[in-house]
Amino acid sequence: MEKFGFAQGTKFDTYASRMMPREEYFTSGHRACQGCGEALAVRWVCKAIGKDAIIAHATGCMEIVSSAMPQTSWLHPWIHVAFENTSAVAAGVDAALNVLERKGKLTGRRPAVVAMGGDGGTSDIGLQALSGALERGHNFTYVCWDNEAYMNTGIQRSSATPYGAMTTTSPPGKKSIGQKTWKKDMVAIAVAHNIPYVATASPAYLFDLYFKIRKAIETPGPAYVHVLSVCPTGWRSATELSVRLARLATETGVFPLFEVVEGRHRLTVEVPKLRPVKDYLKPQGRFRHLREPEVEFIQRQVLANYDLLLKKCQSPFPEFAPIHPPQVG
Amino acid sequence: MAQKMTAGKRVGMEVSIAVSYAVQLARAEAIAAYPITPQTHIVEHLSTLVANGELEAEFITVESEHSAMSASVGSAATGARTYTATSSQGLALMHEILFIASAMRLPIVMTVANRALSGPLSIWNDHGDIMAERDIGWIQIFVENGQEAFDHSVMAFKIAEDHRVLLPTIVNLDGFILSHVVEAHEILDQETVDRFLPPLKPYHRLDPQKPVTMGAFAMPELYTEVKMAHQVALTNSYDTITEVWREWGALTGRHYSPVERYRTEGAKVLLLIMGSLGEVAEVAVDDMQAKGEAVGLVKPRLWRPFPFTDLRAAVAGCDLLIVCDRALSLGGGANPVLAEVRSALYPLAQRPQVLGYTIGLGGRDVQPDDFIKLVQHAQAEAKQGPSQEFYLYGVRG
Repeated sequence: MEKFGFAQGTKFDTYASRMMPREEYFTSGHRACQGCGEALAVRWVCKAIGKDAIIAHATGCMEIVSSAMPQTSWLHPWIHVAFENTSAVAAGVDAALNVLERKGKLTGRRPAVVAMGGDGGTSDIGLQALSGALERGHNFTYVCWDNEAYMNTGIQRSSATPYGAMTTTSPPGKKSIGQKTWKKDMVAIAVAHNIPYVATASPAYLFDLYFKIRKAIETPGPAYVHVLSVCPTGWRSATELSVRLARLATETGVFPLFEVVEGRHRLTVEVPKLRPVKDYLKPQGRFRHLREPEVEFIQRQVLANYDLLLKKCQSPFPEFAPIHPPQVG
Repeated sequence: MAQKMTAGKRVGMEVSIAVSYAVQLARAEAIAAYPITPQTHIVEHLSTLVANGELEAEFITVESEHSAMSASVGSAATGARTYTATSSQGLALMHEILFIASAMRLPIVMTVANRALSGPLSIWNDHGDIMAERDIGWIQIFVENGQEAFDHSVMAFKIAEDHRVLLPTIVNLDGFILSHVVEAHEILDQETVDRFLPPLKPYHRLDPQKPVTMGAFAMPELYTEVKMAHQVALTNSYDTITEVWREWGALTGRHYSPVERYRTEGAKVLLLIMGSLGEVAEVAVDDMQAKGEAVGLVKPRLWRPFPFTDLRAAVAGCDLLIVCDRALSLGGGANPVLAEVRSALYPLAQRPQVLGYTIGLGGRDVQPDDFIKLVQHAQAEAKQGPSQEFYLYGVRG
């Protein structure tokens, strides 16, 4: 994709499905649930990554559905080590590639390094390793599959679970509304590391997702892409609605699609008039218990956050001063 | 500096620095480390060697030991010769990943500068840290002086990377009382080490031209077989370990055995200890033998795989075996080395009486006189019948 000049920041706006690669790297036969938005995202992210890549994956849904010994769904060289450390594993892969390249021990071109993990493996248990790897500036792309709870272990709440959602450890009851806290802003945390590329993406907007992954891969240094991954099992939604729900998340402003290049925010999917959040909440069983005041609160909060994001996008100033020190040696 | 040294010349330096030269001479390619006392001098010096371009390697300044071991798994899986070092709490934080590194058969080499585990917090030496990691499936070696630390740090790479082995390897050296002392070392030259240790040939690695899946999970019908394969590999590594040690002996004149013996001929009482206190015990044995007492010393060097046959041979013919642990199995009756030795000897028709002592916890100093007192205590206990499952030597109150 270098010919499209993403590394130079050129905007590519021709969307055509026939231009998408036919090659599959995440193969069928995996054990993901029916209607899994995450598996769809993985498939397209892997297409965007292309052949020359090494993937480190955290423990979680996508690991467990795809790598039952002696079978695998991954046609990339792929390594799973544990839950909280996939960024550190990727850091080791990146370091090894650096030294092997300098010593002339790499055959073929240097592969891209991609780390993947769920929202728990990213914003909870894996946050330290991720922060370390982003801070050290490894040349890798981190992709977070955000299905908004610990789905693999049976739908327990994470810090990425949205306010009000029912999970098995944030059950609504006489004294509980469900999830008590607002979703952790993992994207802002990634941006705060002053890394060159951060983006949100969605399996409902495959071209947008595809090109963001390409940009992330081609950007030297760390890149972070946060992918909303609809989970019919955990969200208590109809399996055929997964792509629609992902689209509604963006159309309601719940999950805006944007990118942050060298600290500058830009909406990549503009929504001229946001739909009411109840359009997004209603098809999901996990929000069924919410009453009018909670829905109104969510609506207000979503609009306030969206407004903040628009201000960031309109700001002539980047979120941070990009760091480009001179080379040594 | 290391390149300028010539074989046969003995150079005085801190043992930690000698270990870092061993890692440099081994041409380690990826080093991921997090600071923890008393491992720090090793990795500080390695990072200087990398910063000066004297070692062509990547030094990853990870944010924790958990990430140090995780990054080591990543770099070893990608095909780089990988080294790390840690101690105590750092080793404990690695715990989860240590099992995975060995199960994935990745030839990582790690120095553990042995230190007590908290609590209470103690930066000083004992073997509590490594004994908590006894069952991680790594090859585990103990050294007792600086030369051994240098020698085994080089040899560990050759052992770990051998395609008959493919197992990560730990070289244990006592924190402070060994890691921070200045000793005379023979540092080999680069050419000699290069001849001894060829470049790493990964058995498999992460490579888009030949993709593999590493770290797949196992259902119940496969898990047991994978663990058995690991057990067989670790047990069988004994042959390669001793083969590499013999090759080193021919090269340097320094010969190593899985269980070292010191003045055991005709000894009816044997002390047994691992690590640098072995040299202190040697002084005590010399004193006792000078007074006509038939007391000898055995020093297991190879902790995993445990050298059952060597141990049985080394203690054959003695009446009383005094096993000195540097760790506690709280609430149990046998500390780690005692438990292993007793289980090795139990099937024998003729076996010595075995008494267990734990000494030198959390940096408590152990002098030759302590071993003499300990032997006297053990002989009295053996005569009247042991009053305790084990004895915590020198404990007050």
